[in-house]
Amino acid sequence: MRNVSAKQTQKLAMAGIWGGGVITLLLLIVIIGYVLIQGLPGINWEFLSTNPKGGLSGEGGILSTVVSTLYLIGITLVLLVPIGIGSAVYLSEYAPNNRLTRIIRYGIETLAGIPSIIFGLFGYALFVTVLSFNFSILSGALTLVCLLLPTMITTTEEALKAVSYSYREAALALGTTKWQMISRIVLPSAIPGIVTAVILCIGRAIGETACLYVTMGGSAAMPSSLLEGGRTLSLHVFYLAMETNAMDKAMATAAVLIIIIILINALTNLLAGRFQKRLKGIS
Amino acid sequence: MTRYFTDKLAKYIVFISGFTAVVILLLIALFILREGLPAFSEIGVFDFIFGNVWRPGIDQYGILSMIVGSIAVTVVSMIMAVPLGIACAILLAEVAPSKVRSILRPAVELLVGIPSVVYGLVGLVLLVPIVSNIGGSGFSILTASIVLMVMVLPTIISISEDSIRAIPASYREGALALGATKWQTIKGVILPAAKSGIGAGVVLGMGRAIGETMAMIMVIGNSIAFPNSLLDAARTLTGNIALEINYATGTHESALFATGVVLFVFILLLNSAATVFLKRGSNAQRLG
Repeated sequence: MRNVSAKQTQKLAMAGIWGGGVITLLLLIVIIGYVLIQGLPGINWEFLSTNPKGGLSGEGGILSTVVSTLYLIGITLVLLVPIGIGSAVYLSEYAPNNRLTRIIRYGIETLAGIPSIIFGLFGYALFVTVLSFNFSILSGALTLVCLLLPTMITTTEEALKAVSYSYREAALALGTTKWQMISRIVLPSAIPGIVTAVILCIGRAIGETACLYVTMGGSAAMPSSLLEGGRTLSLHVFYLAMETNAMDKAMATAAVLIIIIILINALTNLLAGRFQKRLKGIS
Repeated sequence: MTRYFTDKLAKYIVFISGFTAVVILLLIALFILREGLPAFSEIGVFDFIFGNVWRPGIDQYGILSMIVGSIAVTVVSMIMAVPLGIACAILLAEVAPSKVRSILRPAVELLVGIPSVVYGLVGLVLLVPIVSNIGGSGFSILTASIVLMVMVLPTIISISEDSIRAIPASYREGALALGATKWQTIKGVILPAAKSGIGAGVVLGMGRAIGETMAMIMVIGNSIAFPNSLLDAARTLTGNIALEINYATGTHESALFATGVVLFVFILLLNSAATVFLKRGSNAQRLG
C-alpha cells in the first residue's frame, strides 16, 4: 500500500518538475515569437536606412540609433578591454593569496550586484556634471565601462585559468621573464576565451538601458561627435513605447534587438565550444 | 636589461588595473553619499524613509510608498519565480535526458540576454490589457511582478542548478540503494543538501528584481500614491530615480540620490545574505 502511494507521489512530483521546464520554455517562445511576429513585418530597407524623425509621431527608421549604439560600444570596448584584461591578468597570474586580493575580489563581486540605475546616478554625478561631458555618448560609454568591468574581469580570468599550467612552466623553464610568459604564451592561448568575454560584454551593452537613460540624453538625431547626446536601439524602444503611439515601430526595433541577441548567443556558444576543444586537443 | 624593465613595468600596470574595480566601487559609494547627504540632513532620515508624500513641487520628499512598491514587486515575483525556477533547476540537473537539456539550457541563457526594455514592451502590449480585465488600469504591481518573474527566473535556475550539480553522486546512490524513489531522493537528500545554494540563487534573484528599472517603469504605472492592492499602480525606488533625475535640481536632486542610497543599502544587505548562504553551502559540502 505504502509503495503505491510513494509511486503516485513520484509521478505527481515529476509532472510538476517537467511542468516547470515546459512553462519556462513556453515563456521564452511566447516572448520571442510575439516580438518577431509583430516586429518582422516592419523591418525593411527603409526602416534600417532612415533616421527616426524624433518627436511624438515616432515615424522614421532606426539608422541614427544603430550608429549611436556602434559608437557607444566602440568607445566602451577601447577602455573596457585593456583594463579588464589587465585586471584579470593580475588576479590570475600575480595576486598573492592575501587580504588585499580578497578585498579586490569582494569589490568586483559587489560591483557586479549593483543595479544599472545606481551606475546611472554615479555617471550622472561624475561624468555628466563634475567632468561636464554633459549628456553625451562619451558619458554613457564611461558609465557602461564601470558597469561591465566585473563581467569582463571574471570571464577573462576564467579564460586565463583554463590555460594549462604546463604551458607556463615550460615557458619559464626556457628562461622567459614572467611578463614574456604571460604576453607570448598565456594570453595568446586564451584568446578565444577573451573574445567570448568581449562578445558577452557587447551583448550586455546592447541590452542595457537604465544607466544610459540618465547619462546619454536620448537625442534621436544622427550623432556628429562623441560629446553629443544619442540613443541606442534599446533606448529607442523605450522612447517609442512610452512617448509615441508607434507601437509597430517599437516592435520592429525590438525584433532587431532580439535577432542581434540570438546571433550573439549562438556565437558565444560556438566559440566556447571551440575553446574547450582546442585546450583539450593540445594538452 | 630591457626585458627585465618591461617585466617590472607590466607588473605595476596590471597591479593598478587590478584595483580599478575597487576604486570604481568606492567612487560610486562616495558620489551617491555626497550628493544624497544634503537631502538626509534637510528632510531628516526618518521623514525621508517613512514619509508618505512625494511632491517635489511643494518640497515634500517621502519615499515610503516607493519602498513598499519595490518590496511588493520583489516579493510577488519571487512567489511565482521560486517554485518555477527550482522545478526547472531540478529538471536540468537531475531528471531531463541530455536532449531536453540541450534545448532548455540555451533557452534559459537566451532569457538572460533579452534586453529589459523588450520585456517591458511585451508586458506593456500583451500583459497590461489582460490584467486590466481583472480590474484597474492594468498598469499595476501584479503586471510588474509577472514581468519580473520572467526576468529573475534565469538567475534562480542557473545558481540552483549549479548547487544541485555540486552534490556528490554518493548522496544519490546512497538514497537510491536504500530503495527511495527518485522523488524521495530529490526531496529527502538532494534539496536539503543544496538548500544553501538555492537560497543564494533566490537572494541574488531578489537583488536583480529590486534593481530592475526600465521594464518596471513601462508596466507599473509610476503613480506616487500609496498602493493598496496588487492591482494598483505604484512606483519603484529605481523608477523614481530614472524618471526624475534628468530635470531635478537642489533638494529634489539630492533626494533622488538619497533614494539611490536606500536602494544601495538594500542591495548590499541582499548581497551579504547571498555570500553567507554560499559560504555555508561550501562548508556543508566540505564536511559531507
